[in-house]
Amino acid sequence: MQEKPQSAIIVEGLTKSFANVRAVDRLSFEVHTGEIFGLVGPDGAGKTTTLRMLAGIMPADEGTARVADVDVVHDPENAKRQLSYMPQRFGLYEDLTVNENIRFYADLFGVSRTEREDRSALLLQAAGMREFRLRLAGKLSGGMKQKLSLVCALIHRPKIILLDEPTTGVDPISRRDFWRILYELVSQGVTILASTAYLDEAERCHRVALLHQGRLFFCDTPKNLKARLGKSVLSITSSEPRRLRAELENVVGISSLVLTGDGLHVVVENGVSRIPEFEARLKGASIPFDTIQQVTPTIEDLFVHAVGSGAPSHA
Amino acid sequence: MPEDNNSVVIENLVKRFGDFVAVDRISLAVRKGEVFGFLGPNGAGKSTTIRMLCGLLKPTSGRARVAGYDVARDPELVRQNIGYMSQKFSLYNDLTVVENIRLFAGLYSVPANVLKERIEWALEMSSLKGREHLITATLPGGWKQRLALGCAVLHQPPVIFLDEPTSGVDPISRRQFWDLIHHMAEEDVTVFVTTHYMEEAEYCNRLAMISRGAVAALGAPSELKQKSMKGELLLVECEPLGQAVEILQSAPDVIDAGVFGRALHLVVRDATAAIPQVKKYLSDHGVTVGLIEKIHPSLEDVFVSLTSAADTGKEWKA
Repeated sequence: MQEKPQSAIIVEGLTKSFANVRAVDRLSFEVHTGEIFGLVGPDGAGKTTTLRMLAGIMPADEGTARVADVDVVHDPENAKRQLSYMPQRFGLYEDLTVNENIRFYADLFGVSRTEREDRSALLLQAAGMREFRLRLAGKLSGGMKQKLSLVCALIHRPKIILLDEPTTGVDPISRRDFWRILYELVSQGVTILASTAYLDEAERCHRVALLHQGRLFFCDTPKNLKARLGKSVLSITSSEPRRLRAELENVVGISSLVLTGDGLHVVVENGVSRIPEFEARLKGASIPFDTIQQVTPTIEDLFVHAVGSGAPSHA
Repeated sequence: MPEDNNSVVIENLVKRFGDFVAVDRISLAVRKGEVFGFLGPNGAGKSTTIRMLCGLLKPTSGRARVAGYDVARDPELVRQNIGYMSQKFSLYNDLTVVENIRLFAGLYSVPANVLKERIEWALEMSSLKGREHLITATLPGGWKQRLALGCAVLHQPPVIFLDEPTSGVDPISRRQFWDLIHHMAEEDVTVFVTTHYMEEAEYCNRLAMISRGAVAALGAPSELKQKSMKGELLLVECEPLGQAVEILQSAPDVIDAGVFGRALHLVVRDATAAIPQVKKYLSDHGVTVGLIEKIHPSLEDVFVSLTSAADTGKEWKA
């Protein structure tokens, strides 16, 4: 993937309002062929509405969207053939078994029997679900239901996949399996657009778009996003985080202080150079602390910083 | 009336359903005024434990005391002394803010002489003063969530249970919410949080990681990151990733390998020794290796390492 990236999805000025709420507000971004692109933001940021428009099941008010070179706004039926869309509540039949659900979706998508067998064997293996083939879907755990939904959505080898919060309610172990399947697909040239409300999941995507209240704040690789914070994050462990915060509250150069369970995260310019000063200050105020060390900023740090400073940046 | 400084004391707690052991001799104590996190994958026994602690389910054996009352002997008293808030905040969407507060005050039998004061308090803490008559459905998520918390603690319980309280909420509201929680903890309220989101776990003073019905690790988040990992963590940038992961499953020095963005996270016994070996192993198998370095594990790394080590491949058992 070193050559000039091609775009599997191109979104320009996409807008959608409901009653008085502008759910998606002039959204523009491109998803390159063969990447995992994350649509990241809290509940109500406009993620689901965006995905529905891209899947061709909801008309846009304004703007254009192209999926695999097909105009979704003008030709939704044709666009639907290019992709697979997995909504938050995928329609699994709870009183059918895992196998039967897969067969149902394979028939729906016109997948031949031999292809279905090959494909489902591979996918179930990747999902760690081979021994559950005969279990009723209704008897699966939340994580396994999500994985089965993915298997069904992938049975016809789509080239572009839209996933709406695929890992919500899924524990870290199943979540890891889930991501492993996604990376495997990407290595075969599939393009994935997935939404998530968990900012830590953004770290797993090749590139992410950070959404808030329908608008795009940032779109870049996680690495570049973190660099964009332009500040460092210091982690101070202490048995008295609140006293610690009170002491540092009005110190010049600190832009935010976040309490954690056993300390404080300090977002500050030139963090490392200020460690001795902070140490002296805390000792002077006899506030117990264990260590002060620089940690990698998270996407959440950037999000809070960006939302806190107001307008979205279109860099 | 806790006889000591602990608000929740669990001793050898067991719950069996038929021959399935959902909770397997869990013992732990949560101090008064502590924010305690209870973490585990789906099916690890989290909800079963919480239901026993809330007096909703009888333990098969063992003992648990919450706010000084035995959950098996005095489930009624336990329920009067706890607050419970789930991720779906059980608010009535078509009632106004103040109607919801009054409703919960009635359900929790808040005495008439303090009712007015408690309503004021709930409005104050949820920053909904002046918005008493808004329909709950129209509130943004962060406000709803604070209102739900206010409603859950109207009767001033000494212990509150929160089930994934901030999942899906924007980070700014989440930080405000946890500030509130820590403030309550400072006033000696004990907070018991169940979650599998590491973003929430970071806000806890101490954590118990649960795997297959038992406690796999216990400690402060920073402690767990330093000590509970079964090995050390390497970050490896290489190409192609998918192939590298498969190859590393059979590498002698690698305990575990997972894809993380454009890189891999490897768990190894000794990072310094493993770096050249992993590099060689991958190049011998035709994988191009870029950056390879030791990194600090996140809570999620610790969690995955502990729970999958305990389960050795059968971790997604329902």
